[in-house]
Amino acid sequence: MTENNLITITIKLFANLRELGPAKTIEKFQKDTTVQVILDKYQLPFKEMKLIILINGKPHITPEYILKDGDVLAIFPPLAGG
Amino acid sequence: MPKRILRVNMNNLEAKFEDFPADFAALGGRALTSTIVEKEVDPLCHPLGANNKLVIAPGLVTGTLAPSSGRLSVGCKSPLTGGIKEANAGTPFSQQLAKMRIAAIILEGKHKGSEYYTLKVTMDKAEFTSADKWVGKGLYDTYQSLFKEYGDKVGICGVGIAAELLGASSGICFNDPEGLPSRYAGRGGVGAVMASKGLKFIVVDDTGAPGVEILNEEAFKEGAQKLRKALTTHDVTKPGGALNSYGTSVLVNIINEAGGLPQRNFSAGQDDRSEKVSGEVKAEIIKERGGKRPHACNPGCIIQCSEVWCKPGGKDPVGVLEYESVWALGPNCGIYDLDDVGELNRACNDLGLDTIEAGGMMGVAMEGGLANFGDGKKALKLLDEVKNKTPLGRILANGTAFTAQAMGVTRVPVVKGQSLPAYDPRAIKGIGVTYATTPQGADHTAGYAIATEIMGVGGTADPMDTSKADLSRNLQVATAAIDATGYCLFIAFAVLDIPEGLEGVVDTLNGVLGANLTVADVPGYGQSIIDVERKFNKAAGFTEKDDRLPEFFLKEKLAPHNTVFDVTDEELDRVWGP
Repeated sequence: MTENNLITITIKLFANLRELGPAKTIEKFQKDTTVQVILDKYQLPFKEMKLIILINGKPHITPEYILKDGDVLAIFPPLAGG
Repeated sequence: MPKRILRVNMNNLEAKFEDFPADFAALGGRALTSTIVEKEVDPLCHPLGANNKLVIAPGLVTGTLAPSSGRLSVGCKSPLTGGIKEANAGTPFSQQLAKMRIAAIILEGKHKGSEYYTLKVTMDKAEFTSADKWVGKGLYDTYQSLFKEYGDKVGICGVGIAAELLGASSGICFNDPEGLPSRYAGRGGVGAVMASKGLKFIVVDDTGAPGVEILNEEAFKEGAQKLRKALTTHDVTKPGGALNSYGTSVLVNIINEAGGLPQRNFSAGQDDRSEKVSGEVKAEIIKERGGKRPHACNPGCIIQCSEVWCKPGGKDPVGVLEYESVWALGPNCGIYDLDDVGELNRACNDLGLDTIEAGGMMGVAMEGGLANFGDGKKALKLLDEVKNKTPLGRILANGTAFTAQAMGVTRVPVVKGQSLPAYDPRAIKGIGVTYATTPQGADHTAGYAIATEIMGVGGTADPMDTSKADLSRNLQVATAAIDATGYCLFIAFAVLDIPEGLEGVVDTLNGVLGANLTVADVPGYGQSIIDVERKFNKAAGFTEKDDRLPEFFLKEKLAPHNTVFDVTDEELDRVWGP
């Protein structure tokens, strides 16, 4: 955390979410920012579909998650395959 | 006209239609191949000898108007695992067989000479011709010539040079709707079994076929409608959804983000360069080059995850570059160039090699010093060794474990001799439980825990949680049932979340069979298939010690999560245990 209460977050968007924001960006946010703030900022369709959200490679993250300095946030549309 | 079995005796080149046994009525696809193999094949036979049999069976609803149902199963004793094998493909060939009311082709015996044959199957007869002129030839040119010779409406399956070498990583190649040799029943060396008998191609001509008999039209129609609705509304399977827009390689980025995309022969779980071979990048290039995306691997598919990758200007189409293939021939070899991956995939298709096993083999070959990681051009040259049938080519064509042993490599990512697919079990434990315990050898499709552990489809599970016996078993049992129906496994993504979709699947089965199955019958049906397969494997000599991952997964930590595979042996044995 920096002295002025800002945290640095890496945001990655994938697949067709890239039509709504950059593939990768590093941004500063106020301390205690939730994932919801980022979903709103890029108008990601979290109400319409079950977006897949990972923090630092850990899946099943919900919008209420409070971001920490240095977090890597990766957001995908619903997908599967194999 | 009732369903039939086409029994092909390669000892005396005799093919005849037999009645389909009444007690097999509810069996199709994997249920039928595994039942016939268990009933008719000595578990201790040599997989490449006269006593092994190869069974090809379309699913129960294949050939009907049920959506995304054009799959077939290929079964035998595997020369790669030494156990029972079911390899699965989506192809118009399966629909043609089903419409001709051929429930299975059983290939048995072994032709004594060194010649190869083509078997042409029509409604009322099956005839052999020499296939010797195709020996040593690549499958792309060969399939073009075969379609010219037999007409473009036939279906073709065949084996390539890798199978002529009796390589345990050779698959059986089926045509896609455009006639490309790109749809593979890839795994377990099924190609070598077909070639060992002296058969190179099967050509099916369904002229005059009556179509699939549907005993209860109303139930069938209602079921197909329910399933269609589920597939067209679920975000994963619907038109314009991720699978449809980007293909299966849409997984590259998410599995890499999750730290489970194996790099350089399973020595790391993440590499930023993986983005370069992602589904997003591939879809863009296909669009630029005038390839096809989306594309159906068989007519009537709603999901349409397939594609046609090609060179610039739309030239030299390869067919689909699946996620598993892109990973195996890409990041697993330290290769992050889609053109290199595309050419390696083309070489595999041309030679008749399973791309997963070939990529696993290439990973250990690179670790063993035959090429540097990342050297796509050298990797292509190594596949030329197979083409030229050199002694080294023979080693490589036998797959990951064989090559690793030849090269003195100890990091050998196989279970029951079969190479692991594109998810590292140290980062995603449930898929590791499936790799270890499926009767098939390491196989992601056998119980795709990834959907639950990473994507939150069919519930959610923490990928690091080590209690995964129940998840893996439930998925393995459901998968076995789906593999019997002829539906694509990807319908599971929709029907796991939408109960009406699953009802629709059962309704279509009731429609075809005139049965009164319910959703509650599905697990028992799936379990009965697994039981048959495990019975065969036990008689072939398998014990619980074969339901384990290789040692290095338990000892070497995987970056970035720095974890090992720590699911206990007791938990693994709980999958099928008391």
